[in-house]
Order: sequence, then C-alpha cells, then structure tokens
Amino acid sequence: MIDDFIINAVLAGIALALVAGPLGCVVVWRRMAYFGDTLAHSALLGVALAVSAELVPIIGVVFIGALLAALLFWLEQRRELSADTLLGILSHSALALGLIVFSLIQTRVPGIDLMAYLFGDILAVNQTEVVWMYVGAIFILSVFAWLWRALISISVNEDLARTDGVNVSRVRFVFMLLLAMVIAAAIKVVGILLVTAMLIIPAASARAFSNTPVQMVILSSLFAVAAVVTGLGASFYQDLPAGPAIVVAAALGFFLTRISSARY
Amino acid sequence: MNTDAGNEVLISTSNLGYTIRGHQILDAVSLKLHGNEIVTLIGPNGAGKTSLVRILLGLKKATSGEVYRKPGVNIGYVPQKLHIDPVLPLRVRDFLLTAGRFGQEQLIRVLEEVHMSHLLASAVQTLSGGEFQRVLLARALLHQPDVLVLDEPAQGVDIIGQQALYQTIKHIRDRHGCGVLMVSHDLHLVMASADQVVCLNTHICCTGHPDDVSAHPEYLKIFGQAMEGLAPYSHHHDHSHDAHGNVIPLACENEPGGHEAGSHDR
Repeated sequence: MIDDFIINAVLAGIALALVAGPLGCVVVWRRMAYFGDTLAHSALLGVALAVSAELVPIIGVVFIGALLAALLFWLEQRRELSADTLLGILSHSALALGLIVFSLIQTRVPGIDLMAYLFGDILAVNQTEVVWMYVGAIFILSVFAWLWRALISISVNEDLARTDGVNVSRVRFVFMLLLAMVIAAAIKVVGILLVTAMLIIPAASARAFSNTPVQMVILSSLFAVAAVVTGLGASFYQDLPAGPAIVVAAALGFFLTRISSARY
Repeated sequence: MNTDAGNEVLISTSNLGYTIRGHQILDAVSLKLHGNEIVTLIGPNGAGKTSLVRILLGLKKATSGEVYRKPGVNIGYVPQKLHIDPVLPLRVRDFLLTAGRFGQEQLIRVLEEVHMSHLLASAVQTLSGGEFQRVLLARALLHQPDVLVLDEPAQGVDIIGQQALYQTIKHIRDRHGCGVLMVSHDLHLVMASADQVVCLNTHICCTGHPDDVSAHPEYLKIFGQAMEGLAPYSHHHDHSHDAHGNVIPLACENEPGGHEAGSHDR
C-alpha cells in the first residue's frame, strides 16, 4: 500500500535528481562547490523576502542568487581577498540575514516553518508542485543542452573559450541562474543546508566511471536518482528524516564507487 | 626588415601602452605581423609579453595606442601551459570539439598536421607536455586561422621536443602561409624558425633578424648575464656569414624615438 504523498515525494525527488546531476557536474568541473553552498545559504533570504512580498519562493531565490553573483563579481575586482574568503563572508552573512528576516515574518505568516526550509519537507510536496518541478526540470535541461559546448569550453579554459567567440560572462551568468533555480527546487527536497550535496556527490561518484563529459552527466543523473529512491525508501520504512536520508544514500554510493573503482 | 613585403599586414599595434594600477606594463609598443611570417616575441619575465598577446587577442584592452586587426582575420590561439583538471573527463576528441562543430575527418586532419592523430581517443590528462602542446596547436588549426598566436608553446617540453615543435610550427606556416606570432623566453631555440625577433622589456628594445638581435647590446644587457655559462651560447655572429647566406649588418633597428642605454628601470 503506497500512499499518494510517497509517490509525489519520489516523483519530485527524481525531477530534482535529473537536473542536479548535470548541473552538479559543471559545479564540480568549475570548482564551484563553495559557490553553490553560498547560493543555497542565501536562498533562505530569498524565500523569506518572497513570502513576505506574497510571491512564489523561487522568484526570491533566483533574484537573491543573481544579486549575490553580481556582488561577488564586484568584490572580486579588488584582488586583496580570495574568492574563497569572499564566499565565506557572503554565505554566512546571507544566511544570518535570512534567519533574521524569517523570524520577522514568522509572526505575520502563520504556518511557515523554518525547519522545513533548512532540512527539506519532501513528504509535503503536492501534485501541483510535482508538475511544476517537471516543467522546471525540462526548462533547465533545455537551457543546459543549449549551453553545453560553451559550458565545457569555459570549464577547460576561459581565455580559449573567449578567443573562440564564447561570451564567457553571459554563459557564467545564465548557468548561475540555472543553479539558483535548481537550488530553489531542491529546498523542498533536501533543504537549504544539504542542497550542495545533491549537486556534488552524484557528480563526484560519476567521475570514476566516465571517459567523456556526456557520460559523466548521464551517470551523475542516474546516481542522483538512485540516491533519491534509496533515501526515500529508507525514510519510509525506517522512519528517517527524508532529506538527510537521501544525502546519506548519495554519500554511501560515493564511497561504494570509490571502493569499486579502486580495484582497477 | 621584413622579408615578405608583398604580404599584407594581418595584425599590428601602434604606440600601445598598458598600465595596471599605475604600473607600466607596456610602453609605446608598435609591431606588425604579415602573412607567411614568423615573429617571435622574447623578453624576460615580467616584460609584458603575455599582456601584449592578450591585448592582440582582444582578451584585454590597451590603456593607450591602437590595435589593428585586418577585417575578418581569423586568429588561432595556443595558450600558455593549459591545465585541465582531472575531474573533467575529456578525450582529445572532446577537447577539440570545444572549438566548435567539426567532423571526424577534420579532427584527424588537424591532428595529422601535428603528428598526433593516434591520440584522438586518449584522455587529455594522460598526454605528456609535448603531446598536449601539439594537441593545443591542432585545436588552433581547426578554424583555419590566418594568424597563429602561441604563448610559450614549448613550455614543459624537453629540449628535443622543443626543436621538433618549432619545426612543426614552421611547417604549418609553410603549408598554410599564415602569420605566426610566438612568445618565447629563449631566443636560441627559436633562432632557426623565426623570421623576425622582437625583444620586449616593457618597451621594444630591438627588433630584427634573430642573428642581429642576439648580438644587439640591448638584448645582451637583458639576457647576457643569464646566457653566460650556458653551453648553447658558444657562437657569436659578430663576423658576417650567416646560415642563410645573406650578409646582414650588425645593428638592428631601434624603435622610433629610441632610448638611452641604461634607462631601464627593471
């Protein structure tokens, strides 16, 4: 006997896995893990602002993400501080600001739950949200496919890409927007604090078995789907929190792939 | 000084200046590259060679002066020592395809030009330094460039491999008639393949045929000390015969409005 909410949860999780796999590969190739984390932390601020303005949360998340990328770009112009340090500053100040705004609106908006955003609430996903997640996934994957060659090109070397006529800043910016959208969708599934895991763990697992970028992207999606299904299964049968169970499943998968690829 | 007066100028700079935060990197740099010509840019570290190349490629904007590119000119670029992170699974084939849409035959054709067609399916991270530089060169050839710009193409390549690489570059020039602008910090290795050498140290110290430049006082002032005690520098061309049978006077042309010897601040 499987209830609707489980089916919705699995469907939503798979939609996320299908996009997190490919985008996660680019995050890993371009060493953007910390940037992804910063984007995720800032997402709480985006959610809080969107809710207080009575907008769909994803609008707030993408808006704050774009603002963050612009701020980072501006801060990087002066080279005294490394991108690493700047991200550390932005990441935590955005999260702190998000928590403050959230506590301010909590009294005005009944039923809004901080924990659901921090750790995910996949079992509360309804059918409409599932449909929207697939619409979003198709959109994100289409843009990703359109940018594909440019994304590999800038991952290899930005100067070389530029001399080939790739508009590097535009590609980076569009990719960043896609990433913000994925993070917005992933908040429901694994929560703000664990979003980056969904991006980088399946991609890292896929590396050992891939000889080409395309293979890595496909395998990464498959590993992410496997983590979602396994994690939700464990959550359902053992009554574990769903988001963390998915991330732990992905991490176990990663260590298994390490062990099996070490044999060669 | 240039040997192919009939060829038109593909790229040139006039009076180029480049400053970062009050720091003069390039000063009054004027140079020309014609078709079918190999110009080698030499100079010590920090001389502004890479900045000049990046300005020519349009990756940076000059602070003053002008850059001319012949309209529609196609520039192939071989960057300095590219590192591809092992986390990106990339075969030579995939790497070449980052340059655009090309068929299998085109990929093999450019790889054959650099004698690397057997590596089409190899992972780029498994290639040796010399093999990878050749693959980079092949990638630059995909768009059938009128100009090849190479930034220290022989870095990380052993001495035998370096000579072979310069030979390959020369053959490519002979076959396609493209202009080649090459950066190097070692004049003696490029001697055989360069038509013209530009010695850069923020400003242009001297330009001319490799034999002349190697005897020029400005060149010796910059490189002389480093060259002492190096075995390859055992011949001085201060008496006239040269490898090409031309009699070439020693003095090489100074940049317009030249400078006093001893005016360097670096």
